[in-house]
Amino acid sequence: MALSTLTFYLFALITVGSGVVVVFANRLIHAVFALLFTFFGTAGLYVFLGADFVAGAQVLVYVGGILVLMLFGVMLTNRIYDLQILAERVHFKRSVAVVGVGFALLATIIFRTPWQMVEGVEPASTTVSIGRLLMSEYVLPFEIAAMLLLAALIGASMLASRDNEEGDL
Amino acid sequence: MLSVILIPVLPLLGFAVQAFFGRRLPRGGDFVPLGCIGIAFLLSLRIFIEALTAYSADWKMLFGPFVWLDLESHQISVGLLVDNITAVMLMVVTVVSFLVHLYSTSYMHGDEKYSRFFGFLGIFSFSMLGLVIVDNFLLLYVFWELVGLSSYLLIGFWFERDAPANASKKAFLTNRVGDLGFFVGIMILFWKVGAFDFQSVYDGIAAGKVSGWLLTAAGLCLFCGAIGKSAQFPLHVWLPDAMEGPTPVSALIHAATMVAAGVYMVTRMFPILTPDAMVVIAYIGAITALLGSTIAVAQYDIKRVLAYSTISQLGYMIMGLGVGAYVAGFFHLVTHAAFKACLFLGSGSVIHAMHDAYHGDHDVDEQDMRNMGGLRKQMPVTFATFLLATVALAGVPLTSGFLSKDAILAGALGFGGFAHPQHFLIPLFGFAAAFLTAYYMFRLVFVTFYGEPADERVSHAHESPRAMTIPLVVLASLSLWFFYSLNPVGQGWFYDLVKEPPQVALMDAQVSLPATTPNTEAAMMTAGGSHDDPAHRAHYPAMALSILLAAGGIFLAYKRYYNNQKAMMAHEAKLLETSWLFRALHNKWYFDEMYSASFIRGTMALRSALSWFDTWIIDGIVNLSAYFARALAWIQGLADRKIVDGLVNLVADSIIEAGGQLRRVQTGRIQTYVILLLAGMIVLMIARMVV
Amino acid sequence: MIGLTHYLVVAAILFSLGVLAVSTRRNAISVLMGVELILNAGNINLVAFSKFSDVGISGQLFALFVIILAAAEAAVALAIVLNIYRNHHTVTVDRLHSLSG
Repeated sequence: MALSTLTFYLFALITVGSGVVVVFANRLIHAVFALLFTFFGTAGLYVFLGADFVAGAQVLVYVGGILVLMLFGVMLTNRIYDLQILAERVHFKRSVAVVGVGFALLATIIFRTPWQMVEGVEPASTTVSIGRLLMSEYVLPFEIAAMLLLAALIGASMLASRDNEEGDL
Repeated sequence: MLSVILIPVLPLLGFAVQAFFGRRLPRGGDFVPLGCIGIAFLLSLRIFIEALTAYSADWKMLFGPFVWLDLESHQISVGLLVDNITAVMLMVVTVVSFLVHLYSTSYMHGDEKYSRFFGFLGIFSFSMLGLVIVDNFLLLYVFWELVGLSSYLLIGFWFERDAPANASKKAFLTNRVGDLGFFVGIMILFWKVGAFDFQSVYDGIAAGKVSGWLLTAAGLCLFCGAIGKSAQFPLHVWLPDAMEGPTPVSALIHAATMVAAGVYMVTRMFPILTPDAMVVIAYIGAITALLGSTIAVAQYDIKRVLAYSTISQLGYMIMGLGVGAYVAGFFHLVTHAAFKACLFLGSGSVIHAMHDAYHGDHDVDEQDMRNMGGLRKQMPVTFATFLLATVALAGVPLTSGFLSKDAILAGALGFGGFAHPQHFLIPLFGFAAAFLTAYYMFRLVFVTFYGEPADERVSHAHESPRAMTIPLVVLASLSLWFFYSLNPVGQGWFYDLVKEPPQVALMDAQVSLPATTPNTEAAMMTAGGSHDDPAHRAHYPAMALSILLAAGGIFLAYKRYYNNQKAMMAHEAKLLETSWLFRALHNKWYFDEMYSASFIRGTMALRSALSWFDTWIIDGIVNLSAYFARALAWIQGLADRKIVDGLVNLVADSIIEAGGQLRRVQTGRIQTYVILLLAGMIVLMIARMVV
Repeated sequence: MIGLTHYLVVAAILFSLGVLAVSTRRNAISVLMGVELILNAGNINLVAFSKFSDVGISGQLFALFVIILAAAEAAVALAIVLNIYRNHHTVTVDRLHSLSG
């Protein structure tokens, strides 16, 4: 087994394993930290796929941004002593059943589809070409995404600000 | 070209500056319009000197025509025309306007709308100057209306009070009546000739494109405009009311320039007038002259006396044009502009002094001459200039008024007295008006300036400031003869520059005027002219008669008013009770009442009739149909309630029932939804794979 | 040799885990974490297809836009969660059923 294959399995294991922890962890704070590893594993898979820029963005945005947000969310919505609190589950059995059927279905599709494979190109730095595309072909989505982020920023600060007590949700 | 365009544009510039920045400039920005009109005056002076040095009746500058509107079939072009008449008009307008601007800096001082006033003066000057330099009827009409608009603005300048607001409306509406005729006239000419500019219209008529009764009608329609603007009978009623405006406005607009626009317009359309039209015009002028002077005899408001005097003098001018004394009529416009502006400004000076003297005592009418008296000692400059202008108006020799009025009367006498005895009323009215003019003007002078002050406060009145007296002095000196002719009984440069245009309309005339009449002036100028010429024969008799009548009028006024104003005023008050004639005169021959009874009441009666018709007939029909509609609607409503509603309710009830069942599905728990969603997706995928 | 199928399977597992988290967790933040898992699964698919098919680099760009959207979503969602907590003093999802029919 080649080293690269081994590495892939390592990353896949990290991703899936920590994903399992996210779902089944009893303590919320554990779940959050497991999510961190899921993100890292996914970033590793990206590198493995030759998508170095996406991997960097994954680490920066997910780990640096979203995860911190999640942590803040946990901290702010639970009193500090409640961190021990169990992350309860509901409808567990029927959910597992439905999801199991769904996964089986997905797997069937994945394995039974004759994928048209193209020989993977040599991994090269994608940053330059992504930058070019963002500024040329994808400039409109790029700008719209920028507007979306701005709107999200303003919206989030509006929603979270304590002043609008009369604003109902 | 540029300098000609600049003459009207400069005041417009002044208006624009006043409109936007006037209030923020020092002194309310009055120096801007003053400077603008001053420069316009200098430019006009240059043109005038050019005309004088050319010294030819044919001198003219023509700019254009520029195509303004291309209608395929017609091209409407506009242009500028500066000939001797225009040069003279430019001088008149800019001189009077400049002096009035100067005068207003003092007279309007302290008014809260001071800068706006100067803006309005600017737009008026623009319109008036534009009016005299255009070369076609269309633009003439445009500026004509602009002049009317600025007049409206200026009469209603103190619109917070009812009287000026109403007066401005009255002026505007009355003018509108005349302008309608004017427009119809222009359209008749355009219909037949296909052009608007003066020269093409003359040529077209000379070529016989319009003739007969239609030409007469066109001429009279155009003249309707002059009736309105120059306050001729029967549309003269607005001018006295227009005295509600500030006095400088009265001097500028309602004495010297705007009202002269009608006369100017008649001079422009003079060549196209048919003999029939001219007779009508002459009669209207004569009636107006007499009417105005009779009413002026019984007025007490100093400005109203002058207003009726203006009406009367405008009647003179129109009469002069009507009888063919073309140059005399126009000449009178020029001389009258100077001395009547002087009189109005003088009256403004008096009113100003009275205002100060009475300190805004609202029980006292500052303009009523019964409240004045003895002012000659307190206001020597005003008195002297006022007297000089009065003398000129009365037509005493050695004044400008004598020269022009005498020429008109000579023309009238030649026309009505010698050439066409059946029209004897025209000279009769003219001479009667001359007598009355001398009489009422000196009545005004004696009551205002002589005798004892009517009130102790009046004796403390004092002379107006320099900015007001300088225009008075200038205008009064312009009332002397030597500006117009070195020979005090002869004809000066004016008659050499302004020549009667050839009468293009005469070609087709079936009636009346012999060819001699239009040549009145030519004959009068050459002393050795044909002795058969009626105007020539009339010259010396008319002169003698008018001097005699003026002297008689002055003497009568002297006898009655010089020593005992108080007694005469009391006497007149009694006359107002006893004499129907005096009462009628005082009430302006009841013109306002007549119009109110006929046109306004008529309109109101028509309105009531229409209202009745609306209420009973139209509404009745409407109501009847409404009843039918209601009955129909009731039946439909029944069907609706029983049948349609039944069905609708059935559907609604079943939907409510189904909804009640379905709402159990809606748990509000997102996670249930997610599971259901996924399950649904799985079902779909399996279905897809199986099929 | 690692092929497309491997990645797809990993992504499918991650997706199923995400759905499970969304549907079984009671805590709103856990639900959000499930959503992030689902998004990551999708991203892995996008990048994998980008490499193993001829769509070229566009797949990576889509993944990037998804990351951007995830960031926006997380910010807004957490703001909403905070607000809910302030108003209802709980972030337990099945207690928030004011939309129940």
